[in-house]
Amino acid sequence: MNKNAVSPLMMRAKAAGSSVLSSLVCILMGLVLGYLFLLLLNAEHAWDDGLLPIIKGGFKSFGNEALEATGAHMKPLGMEIAEAAPLIMTGLSVAFAFKTGLFNIGAAGQYVLGAFGGLYCALVLQLPWWVCLLAASLCGALWGAIPGILKAYLNVNEVITCIMLNWIGLYGANTLMYQGGNSPMYFLKQAKTYTVASKSPSSLIPSKIFGWDLTKTFNYSAMTIAIFLAIIVAIAIYVILEKTTFGYELKACGHNKNAAKYAGINDKRNIILSMVIAGALAGFGAGLFFLAGVEQYNPQESTALPGQGFNGISVALLASLNPIGCIFSGVFISHLSVGGNAMKQSTFPKEIADAVSGIIVYLCAFSILFKGFFRKLFGSKLFRKKEGGAKK
Amino acid sequence: MAELDQRPSAKVDHSEQQSDYIIEMLNITKIFPGIKANDNVTLQLRRGEIHALLGENGAGKSTLMSVLFGLYQPEEGCIKKNGQIVKINSPNDANDLNIGMVHQHFKLVECFSVLDNIILGVEPNTAGFLQKEEARKKVLALSEKYGLQVDPDALIEDISVGMQQRTEILKMLYRDNEILIFDEPTAVLTPQEIKELMHIMKNLAAEGKSILFISHKLAEIMEVADRCSVLRKGKYIGTVNTADVTVQELSSMMVGRPVQLEVEKAPAKPVEVVLDVSGITVKAKTHKGNAVTDVSFQVRRGEIVCLAGIEGNGQTQFVYALTGLDDMTAGKITLCGEDITRASIRKRACRMSHIPEDRHKHGLVLEYSVEQNMVLQRYWQPEFQKAGFIKFAPVRAYSDRLIEKFDIRSGQGSITQTRSMSGGNQQKVIVAREMDKEHDLLVAVQPTRGLDIGAIEFIHAEIVKERDAGKAVLLVSLELEEVMSLSDRILVMYEGEIVGEFDPKKVTVEELGLYMAGAKRDTPSAKEGKQ
Ligand SMILES: Nc1ncnc2c1ncn2[C@@H]1O[C@H](COP(=O)(O)OP(=O)(O)OP(=O)(O)O)[C@@H](O)[C@H]1O
Ligand SMILES: [Mg+2]
Repeated sequence: MNKNAVSPLMMRAKAAGSSVLSSLVCILMGLVLGYLFLLLLNAEHAWDDGLLPIIKGGFKSFGNEALEATGAHMKPLGMEIAEAAPLIMTGLSVAFAFKTGLFNIGAAGQYVLGAFGGLYCALVLQLPWWVCLLAASLCGALWGAIPGILKAYLNVNEVITCIMLNWIGLYGANTLMYQGGNSPMYFLKQAKTYTVASKSPSSLIPSKIFGWDLTKTFNYSAMTIAIFLAIIVAIAIYVILEKTTFGYELKACGHNKNAAKYAGINDKRNIILSMVIAGALAGFGAGLFFLAGVEQYNPQESTALPGQGFNGISVALLASLNPIGCIFSGVFISHLSVGGNAMKQSTFPKEIADAVSGIIVYLCAFSILFKGFFRKLFGSKLFRKKEGGAKK
Repeated sequence: MAELDQRPSAKVDHSEQQSDYIIEMLNITKIFPGIKANDNVTLQLRRGEIHALLGENGAGKSTLMSVLFGLYQPEEGCIKKNGQIVKINSPNDANDLNIGMVHQHFKLVECFSVLDNIILGVEPNTAGFLQKEEARKKVLALSEKYGLQVDPDALIEDISVGMQQRTEILKMLYRDNEILIFDEPTAVLTPQEIKELMHIMKNLAAEGKSILFISHKLAEIMEVADRCSVLRKGKYIGTVNTADVTVQELSSMMVGRPVQLEVEKAPAKPVEVVLDVSGITVKAKTHKGNAVTDVSFQVRRGEIVCLAGIEGNGQTQFVYALTGLDDMTAGKITLCGEDITRASIRKRACRMSHIPEDRHKHGLVLEYSVEQNMVLQRYWQPEFQKAGFIKFAPVRAYSDRLIEKFDIRSGQGSITQTRSMSGGNQQKVIVAREMDKEHDLLVAVQPTRGLDIGAIEFIHAEIVKERDAGKAVLLVSLELEEVMSLSDRILVMYEGEIVGEFDPKKVTVEELGLYMAGAKRDTPSAKEGKQ
């Protein structure tokens, strides 16, 4: 019959096309809206000191001959990439849980716990970097398991437990890392945790890969192989979701719990596992951030949840929950935040810079709304072309 | 609000003389990926008539109605109301034109009350504050007038399918709709409820409402419809007056060949016991007592045992307990000599296939493709996975084979998203999966719900083949016709108990009806004696 009218490959291309298109439209809308906002505030500087740095992001020093001569122009780009790695991970965390029908709004708390686990193993136990990363994931996983267990056995909504655990996790970790200034992880003089480099260089994520020294290329000490690790994990998550029976079960639970039960799938186990994995992903992200030495943790100033947690939601939605897409959306959101930081240094106050990049980030989250629209548009066009060519 | 509602009906009065037809759908073509769901279809609805729409599963009936209701935009063709071309871009537009629809799969908000569902979207309000009392009065008046019994305060998730449907009908009446679309309203109803519905539809038509009615049951069409239009594979075949045709003629018009309406089967030759249940008792969820009380019986290889009864007499709960979907308080289940009382669903599924009652709740993951649903019970078997990785090629081949065998029609074959398929074809996916899977016992709950007569003929023949191949079949059906023609033994369930056992050849439908209604029952000792 008509079976071959649209090939599977074309179907997939179509679906992917509409996803990418809707994401791009959202980004554009966000930029326009952000720009309008800047125009309202200060029309004179809106472009040069406002939107332009945001668009340039990590590329802001490209073209600056003085910096290019020393190679320093690469540093912002290095920062963008280093900060993208944890965002990709929290994005994956949210996307993975979403596929199982769970809204992991607790990525922030899992991230903080991961930061604690990773830093503790690095600064106190001085273990090798990969052990520290594992510890970070484990702590995140533990923090993800709690809402999972509560949901599975007591049917407590995961959103509520996640939000509570976010704050418990944040203050718990802060207390442990500070301990009235007596924590072995806390460096009084800087009012932050010790740098990993000073305490245990072997706990730093390596920055050489196949003899290529990333710190040199990017002129940035925290530029490590973290981004490659994030990409590998993203691919692994993609494979798990799309190619394995485990992913098949998880998605079945997410779409229709009753049918999953009917098929003999243990939905309780899957809910818990899904949250454990989501937590581990967020924790791993924290490891990629702090064990690369991008920043030191500041337990006293950290009274707000880390932005990586909530930006993870944007990353996931902008990627239409596609793990591979999370790589790109993670880099993009990082691009915005580096751009936003550059903007801060000029005319606009810090809050405005945050608000503008916030507007863009949140509009990115709308991409799912547009997806259906583009699919429709795409679908009918494609088909009609086909139909015209192959009239029966 | 009230003024708004008046306007379109006023227009109707003006154009009364202009056209014989209240609605005309002219040369409608609707294309979905891979399939022309409607191919140049024309449908003309007269004022005050009941117009049936007949066609095989996937013929495009629901699609055509969705076009009229504004859910889909046709690629070609136009719609006229009272002779004037109208553009229906959304259900809101349809509502403004007084078109209402009861969907094949209801569209109610589960956690809302009946009343809230009825007024949803047209809430009466004063300055933004809900005026529910007013609405309640109107709903109660409508409910009284048309004999549509509902409890306005009950939550949708707690009420029977029949009442959900009455809610949907009230929803249309509340909006003063004049053109009422019923998409397979009888597929989910009990025979009694069907009778009531037929009566209600006739009343509505007598009042001047125009009704479009989809059904696969030819007897119903013959009973209520004035005219009937037939679709086949998206194409318009013709319109007939029901008074001028026979059931046989209608069915061959629809399928394109004569259909065997009777099941042909040799007498059963039951051998050893496959399923033995004893003392099954299940606590009720909605009231204090038991939903199922002390049910015991056996099913042997080579026989089809039917659990008959009016809906809501514990059949559903019994099947849930049997298949492991829900717990039971007492009793023992033995399958092929093995005690499975406490076995997991997966363990039971190794020897038991289950066609569930509710295809959307249990039977399918609608977001999955056909092939993914085809292996829903089998994806973990070595045939389809290796070390946890799905083997896509065998899954595709398997799905393609079943699609071929069971004539499952959809736009894109194995990769079609199940949600986009027609209701009957969704059902066929489940039937195919469960019948093809290895099993000794087939538990089939309403297996032919929503199927066209050609498909029913095929599925019935397959079930008989199963039996003859030495499988045990437990059929749960609300349709007496199916019960009488397919089963070798009938057990009647009433209020959670088995009240009688019969040989279909020796019992009349009337007699069965008495038992099903609880007017008659065999004493427990008599039951014992028969076994
Ligand atoms: N939203 C959709 N997307 C893609 N294909 C669709 C969609 N809706 C319907 N179809 C296809 O259009 C065809 C007609 O479907 P439709 O639901 O109208 O059938 P039907 O006559 O109502 O059948 P049934 O008696 O089984 O309910 C089917 O092959 C179906 O797969
Ligand atoms: Mg239909």
